[in-house]
Amino acid sequence: MRLWLTRHVQNCLAAMGRLVQRPAGSLLTIAVIGIALALPAGLNVLVRNGEVLAGGWESARDFSVYLKPGEELAQAATLAKSLSANSNVDDVEIISAEAALADFQQSGSFEGALTGLDNNPLPHTLVVRPRPEAPASELAELARELGKDTSVDQVRLDTEWVERLNAILEFVRRGIWLAAGLLAIAVVVIVGNTIRLDIENRRAEIEVAKLLGATDAFVRRPFLYTGFWYGLGGGLFALVVVLVGLAVLGGPVARLSALYGASFQLQGLAGSGALTVLGGGLVAGLVGAWFAVSQHLTAIQPKI
Amino acid sequence: MIRFDNVTKRYAGGHEGVSEICLEVDAGELVFLTGHSGAGKTTLLKLLALIERPTRGQVLLNGRNVGRLPARAIPEHRRGLGMVFQDHKLLPDRTVFENVSLPLIIAGLGRREIARRVRAALDQVGLLSRESSRPDALSTGEQQRVGIARAVVGRPRLLIADEPTGNLDPDLSLEIMMLFRRLNGVGVTMLIATHDLALVQELGGRRVILEGGRVSGEQD
Repeated sequence: MRLWLTRHVQNCLAAMGRLVQRPAGSLLTIAVIGIALALPAGLNVLVRNGEVLAGGWESARDFSVYLKPGEELAQAATLAKSLSANSNVDDVEIISAEAALADFQQSGSFEGALTGLDNNPLPHTLVVRPRPEAPASELAELARELGKDTSVDQVRLDTEWVERLNAILEFVRRGIWLAAGLLAIAVVVIVGNTIRLDIENRRAEIEVAKLLGATDAFVRRPFLYTGFWYGLGGGLFALVVVLVGLAVLGGPVARLSALYGASFQLQGLAGSGALTVLGGGLVAGLVGAWFAVSQHLTAIQPKI
Repeated sequence: MIRFDNVTKRYAGGHEGVSEICLEVDAGELVFLTGHSGAGKTTLLKLLALIERPTRGQVLLNGRNVGRLPARAIPEHRRGLGMVFQDHKLLPDRTVFENVSLPLIIAGLGRREIARRVRAALDQVGLLSRESSRPDALSTGEQQRVGIARAVVGRPRLLIADEPTGNLDPDLSLEIMMLFRRLNGVGVTMLIATHDLALVQELGGRRVILEGGRVSGEQD
């Protein structure tokens, strides 16, 4: 068992040694794999940031329900209570006509106009905050129902653009999965081809090993470890690419965010995202190596 | 130990490497296979090493029909065999020590045991002092001795050699053959294919003469 482990460690290190011996070729392969992995990883970061932005504007899904002028405050309270019971509604806030008026007076700009009026022209208002997970279609339905209520004058629902943004994000997310799948195949092909050349270069060695009684597993192992290192190296390269990209974009994003008076922080690749990139690289590297090995090793039979 | 029982090997294309060969070799024997090139010497060795399979007949090694061994049993079969080749098949990018240790690495031995056995084998062929050289730095005769060290390092019961002196001048050839004889003295059964009739005459011992894929005669 210890011997077995030693063999694997030796194989593993020897495979790395061979890559280090010809750094230019190895780096080139690793860079190609890295870029192929960095593309979906980078896009994923962009979408995550898009989601955070959309989430920040979640309040834009609030809708206002204006009661008819002259309706009692008690009526507003009853309506609010029934709305609170709705499963799509997170919170209902009642802004009484008096409070709204006081608000206006405080804000100053309408002072002159308001003092000229005998009575308060403002209606009681309900501000309804839907739950974040509430589907847009049901909210629209709720708004329509509310509009039919005899005490309600008008319902203002302004969620269309947020819905559109979410739809775009969903579209992009699907696109990323598609791209990630294609690029994973590309990585498998790249590793497979590199290892095929590697096998061709070490043909004499493989033949001799087979003559001396090496099992298929013995011959296969070094190449699988080569695939392992290509995958790991490519994954690390991809992480560096994404991190550099984030560092480059960080400054401009902060400035843009400041200009809009928002405090938006660029989201990085989370730990799980980084692990996915590394793991994806590893799996693709191993699969590529396995393909090459199973295709070409059996074709090499010793001759004397 | 070895028994060829009416063995025929027909290659793709119809050419017969050996035809209805019967041959028996006892444990501890040293047998020379002689004959012109194309007489079937190499085919016979290939059948023993399972590089080829017999078309008809049985190849028995210690009573086991190796011709019918499944493919997954081939590596283990070859590990019990020492093989020496005309072009010695050493790996040029490895040292002498690494070349000789290859069979033991394949067999999965520990590092210390490998070092001990490799040095013993190199000592037997008189090349202990060259263990860290590359094969290219050695003479042809020395290269072949490294090849023999690699063949015996795993302590096989049977050693087969295909034209081991094919690339050597007469003096070196004799030296290599004497080395085989010495190794045979410690109990290794040997089957050596060579077309160098003069050399074999000089050495004496059992000679099997092949012609056109059949045994045409024997001398003792």
